[in-house]
Amino acid sequence: MTWRVLVPLAVFVVLAVALAVGLTLRPREIPSALIGKMAPTFDLAPVKGRATGLSSDDLRAGTPTLVNVFASWCIPCREEHPLLMDLARTGRVLIVGINQRDEPEAAERWLAAFGDPYSRTGADRDGRVSIEWGVYGVPETFVVDGRGCIQYKHISVLTRDVLEREILPRLRGERQVRCDG
Amino acid sequence: MIPELGHFSVILALVVAIVQGTFPLVGTSRRVPSWTAVAQPAALAQAALLAFSFACLTYVYVTSDFSVLNVWQNSHTEKPLLYKISGVWGNHEGSLLLWVLILALFGAAVAGFGRNIPPVLRARVIAVQGLVAVGFLGLLVFMSNPFERVVPAPLEGNGLNPLLQDPGLAFHPPFLYLGYVGFSIAFSFAIAALIDGRVDAAWARWVRPWTLAAWTFLTIGIALGSWWAYYELGWGGWWFWDPVENASFMPWLAGTALLHSAIVVERRDTLKAWTVLLAILTFSLSLLGTFIVRSGVLNSVHAFATDPSRGVFILAFLVIAIGGALTLYASRAAKLAPGGLFAPISREGTLVLNNLLLMAATGTVLLGTMYPLFLDAVTGEKVTVGPPFFNSTFAPLMAPLVILMTIGPMLPWKRGDLSGALARLKFAALLAAITAALTLYVTAGIPPLAVGGIALGTWVVGGALADVAERWGVGRVQWRDVVARAVNTPRAALGAAIAHAGVGVLILGITGSLAWETERLEAMKPGQSVEFAGYTAVFDGARPARGPNYDAIRGTFRIYQDNALIAVMEPETRRFANPPMATTEAAIRPRFGGDIYIAMGESTGDGGFAARLYRKPMIHWIWSGALIMVLGGLLSLSDRRHRVGAPARRAAAAALAPAE
Repeated sequence: MTWRVLVPLAVFVVLAVALAVGLTLRPREIPSALIGKMAPTFDLAPVKGRATGLSSDDLRAGTPTLVNVFASWCIPCREEHPLLMDLARTGRVLIVGINQRDEPEAAERWLAAFGDPYSRTGADRDGRVSIEWGVYGVPETFVVDGRGCIQYKHISVLTRDVLEREILPRLRGERQVRCDG
Repeated sequence: MIPELGHFSVILALVVAIVQGTFPLVGTSRRVPSWTAVAQPAALAQAALLAFSFACLTYVYVTSDFSVLNVWQNSHTEKPLLYKISGVWGNHEGSLLLWVLILALFGAAVAGFGRNIPPVLRARVIAVQGLVAVGFLGLLVFMSNPFERVVPAPLEGNGLNPLLQDPGLAFHPPFLYLGYVGFSIAFSFAIAALIDGRVDAAWARWVRPWTLAAWTFLTIGIALGSWWAYYELGWGGWWFWDPVENASFMPWLAGTALLHSAIVVERRDTLKAWTVLLAILTFSLSLLGTFIVRSGVLNSVHAFATDPSRGVFILAFLVIAIGGALTLYASRAAKLAPGGLFAPISREGTLVLNNLLLMAATGTVLLGTMYPLFLDAVTGEKVTVGPPFFNSTFAPLMAPLVILMTIGPMLPWKRGDLSGALARLKFAALLAAITAALTLYVTAGIPPLAVGGIALGTWVVGGALADVAERWGVGRVQWRDVVARAVNTPRAALGAAIAHAGVGVLILGITGSLAWETERLEAMKPGQSVEFAGYTAVFDGARPARGPNYDAIRGTFRIYQDNALIAVMEPETRRFANPPMATTEAAIRPRFGGDIYIAMGESTGDGGFAARLYRKPMIHWIWSGALIMVLGGLLSLSDRRHRVGAPARRAAAAALAPAE
């Protein structure tokens, strides 16, 4: 047996190791260009049937806030919803929702059916505000500090693990990123 | 009830696949005929079970049974019937079911039609097919059940991604899978041969038709995908070197190499270990493609919704299947007696060079596709490898290959006479030179590379014609004899020449569409007009329109040439409600001088719209080239010599007739 017959296997081993590492890296976690930037300026009317809308000024009122982008047509949102409800029940976290590209009635029904964890909601009917936030998939969740500086962004379904490891510490003011200007 | 039957049927198929993958292997090595005999009925049963299961899934899609999670997530009652059906494979679970169904059908085809394959080899081939199926059925049963229910059943589904609601894309995946999975037969034959320790001309003759069939299907699949990208994505392009496109292109390149090296094994009884390796690599690249699309390791527009645990499963399967095959290769390849050496200038010499170039090209595409992942794994840096890399590395490898593919068929086996072959190609060379000169004359200032592309394309088409003319004895024998020779030309040889000509047409299309393209990007208000490529386009404004399950903004453009109205074109942007998404529907008007292509974008707010206007000369030659390649493949497949049952008959005939 010559060493040459082992070459294909060796190449494949290298490839397989890279693929295995690749699985742990998750390229979808592209760091958001908005982290360390001030939240974009916007002003949204509330979702149908709610009283308080959402604007960028609400995010600069001094309390760290969890901004959750959701929609009634988004199935993964349903998956993370109980977690948000639990979080809201603790009363210690301010959660606001941006309702992306939704029919007003559908959004209203959705909140009625599954519960409303949001203290404020903004109806982003045409998706323009979401674009400003750099949202490219629903759900996405942001942590914004009391001055309106974006601290963290999570793409796709929230898990308890992400909540404990990444989100709650930042809401408590740990691992702060500074916004310039 | 129906979904449960389908689910049960998949589980049964998994059990059958385990039996199919183990008993014949043990039976053939321990010489237990009753165990060996399990192979055929098992392969047929597996195909029947999966066909039934697929029919069940199709049924729940057509009847919009939203109590099935998969249907609810991917279908909608308002969707046209065609897309209800294509929705079956427009998602991870359903497409996986289609994948294993095709795998099982190929296995059943070997069981049903491979009567002339020696029983031991056939049983082993079917067993390896069974083992591959075990991996995919495991993924289907344990992690991707397409029949999962939701309680309570929702009233309405979420709809299929609108980009996928398109006739071109409806049939793209089945053809792609027929190609990917078709290469599994070559893989199984390779593994069986390694277990057997024997590869001979007969082995190559059995492998070739399957490889050719898979190659033909894959060509159709890739062509459909690129055609879809051209008219649906609205970017005016047709190939983007996206990881998922590359995932389908790599098996195609390797499969093309395999197709050619198998000829050498058949005719010259040499290059055996290499051909076996190619068979393994081709299917391994198909598996790798499947992994890339479904694991989310690489970012792509086409990627399925991904799940990390699935990625781990597929990777484990990849390691077992590919790693196992390559280990077997490493331990057994030395036993495959190498054939005699041969002269570099001979038919087989050019085929070896063809293989080296094709595999170098495959390696380049693999490197470009995986590089972002390597870099991320090593340094954490995130990059995208784009078309510039591929264009600058791929084309230089293709150019010599393309020159060679015309010379090769002109050379005889064993030892060739290069000057004789070139003399027979005088006509092709002259044609290429004249076309290149004409190109330069007609369009001054055209890039030299484009002139080269035109010359190469013409050379290949001319070479294919010369090849046929040579076989028919045109200019050397009486016309009556030419007709007789034409009738008797083996279809395989004719098919090969046609497929080669298709490559030439493809090259001409690529070069022409790049070299002579005109693009205008304009924000247009109603009544405004714009000049491009000798046409005047007048924008009449846009109005809302309604489709079966979408709302559209439809623009109207009148196209004038020399003050005469030649076309009214209506590009659309469509907005789907379920799921909410916008798509671009470019308006395309094929004309003799090339396509006029208009895509309309977002409203600029003041009544105007962003419009992209292109003239794309010769763009249709790209898909015509692919179509010609497919026709060549089909013609070659219809050759009696390629039929699986043929070898025995041919061996009998060979005793009577002298060898060619």
